[in-house]
Amino acid sequence: MSGRRIVPIGPYHPLQEEPEFFKLIVEGETVVDLEINLGYNHRGHEFISPELTYDQIPFLVERICGICSNSHPLACVLAIEDCAGVRPPPRADYIRSIVQELERIHSHLLWLGLAGHFIGYNTVWMWAWRYREHILELFEMITGNRNHYAMNKPGGVRRDIKAEQIPQILAVMDVVDKKVMMLNRAVLDDPVIRARLEGVGVLTREQAIAYSVTGPTARPSGVDIDVRRDDPHCAYDRVPWDVIVFNEGDVLAKTKARLYEMLESTKIIRGCLKDLPDGPIETRIEEVPPGEGIGRTEAPRGEVFHYIRSDGTNRPLRHKVRAPSYMNIASNVVAVKGGSIADAALTLAAVDPCYCCTDRMAVFEDGRLKLTGKDLLRLSWQKTEQVRERMR
Amino acid sequence: MREAEVGLKQLVPEAEVHEHNPRRLYIKIPRNRLTEAAKYLHKDRGMRLSICTGIDTREGYEILYHFSEDSTGTMYTLKVLVPKDNPEVESQATWFPATDWIEREMHELLGIDFPGHPNLIPLLTSDADWDKNKFPLRRDYERRADAHER
Repeated sequence: MSGRRIVPIGPYHPLQEEPEFFKLIVEGETVVDLEINLGYNHRGHEFISPELTYDQIPFLVERICGICSNSHPLACVLAIEDCAGVRPPPRADYIRSIVQELERIHSHLLWLGLAGHFIGYNTVWMWAWRYREHILELFEMITGNRNHYAMNKPGGVRRDIKAEQIPQILAVMDVVDKKVMMLNRAVLDDPVIRARLEGVGVLTREQAIAYSVTGPTARPSGVDIDVRRDDPHCAYDRVPWDVIVFNEGDVLAKTKARLYEMLESTKIIRGCLKDLPDGPIETRIEEVPPGEGIGRTEAPRGEVFHYIRSDGTNRPLRHKVRAPSYMNIASNVVAVKGGSIADAALTLAAVDPCYCCTDRMAVFEDGRLKLTGKDLLRLSWQKTEQVRERMR
Repeated sequence: MREAEVGLKQLVPEAEVHEHNPRRLYIKIPRNRLTEAAKYLHKDRGMRLSICTGIDTREGYEILYHFSEDSTGTMYTLKVLVPKDNPEVESQATWFPATDWIEREMHELLGIDFPGHPNLIPLLTSDADWDKNKFPLRRDYERRADAHER
């Protein structure tokens, strides 16, 4: 029996929490083509941005993504600084790198958990997200927020890292290293997972270059690029670390790349904390002269690119934003072709499409913590009992 | 001078290079030489396309092609100026899939035509209820009035 059928994934689909529409065109079990529709949640950031001042824009671009909520403001302030010809003080560079790498660890753990969830290995999901929690707690300690950290401002950072916080960060880094190694063994030594990931959703080197993909979508396909090393910014050229490259291009290589990248991130954070220079955390920018500036940084998913055109006022004339997924998702068209429907969801997820799902509750009353996590657990048990009672 | 810069000057003698800083080059080229220049940067010099930007300026629409040379960390930005009464640029999507989406985006948000594009349908705006003659990134787009409509 032959004949083409359409299997729609999205725009709202239980397998995929982001509103994007993947139209799989299949012949039997095999995917022969893919059409991608997006724009279901288009918010028009590039349209809003020219109405805001340079001080306000980082807050806007921070809200582009809940996971990359440091990468976008960082690239944006780098673009403003490039246009104004200002360099932030060294201490700000180091702090920016630390926060950026913490973000990479939490994002990769999030992806790993979801990848586990997609292949039906929910233990990995629970574990990975549990260890991610430590990173979110660090964020809360350093920036005051578990998400949307508001650390970057044109010319520097908003908050300093205090000396007494450093041992706590280092302690969490030890935990991350240990747990990532454990996950590494759990994921890579499991023959079932290997069989599920190996040779699936291959993106060749030529395809990766033709689609100009970046980050952990490009590097596992043998494309040795990393904006942190190639276009040095922040403190990345002042601490030792390596770029992780694999050649296979399949989902297994993408998983390995992300796992090893987390270890590189802890290396960068340790290096930054060791050499953290003293001094101010901000250079004052008097004005942004007419001209243009490009800022880019390596987000967890690849290169984030911001372009600012200034006309000398306190607002940009044009602000272009390119998130890594814009290039990476387009490459799915070639990556899913020839695979089976069952592999398609995993292949689509392997470029790490991102969504914000940091969920937590704490109730404060009169400035005092009223409900804690334990209380919530107790309430949850109570509710279960009530339901059980009702079902009897 | 950099190798790519020299090569580009040989290929397109009219090219005007502006060096903002050692890792940020902006190169103005005539509209009809864009394909040659882009092919040279991507195929011969192995550069990656970061993205394109379309800007509505007084002189016309400026289309910027941001190429990244990852071996040196330099951004080469090709600039073409498109007159407002004839806003079209030859499509690069025929040979370079990375430009596919961004050309569609510039087509719907800035109203630039890309002759030769294999599939110039809207990318971000709604197929159903978006006025195809409205281009939000143009300067004459009525921002406030439109915002209050909803």
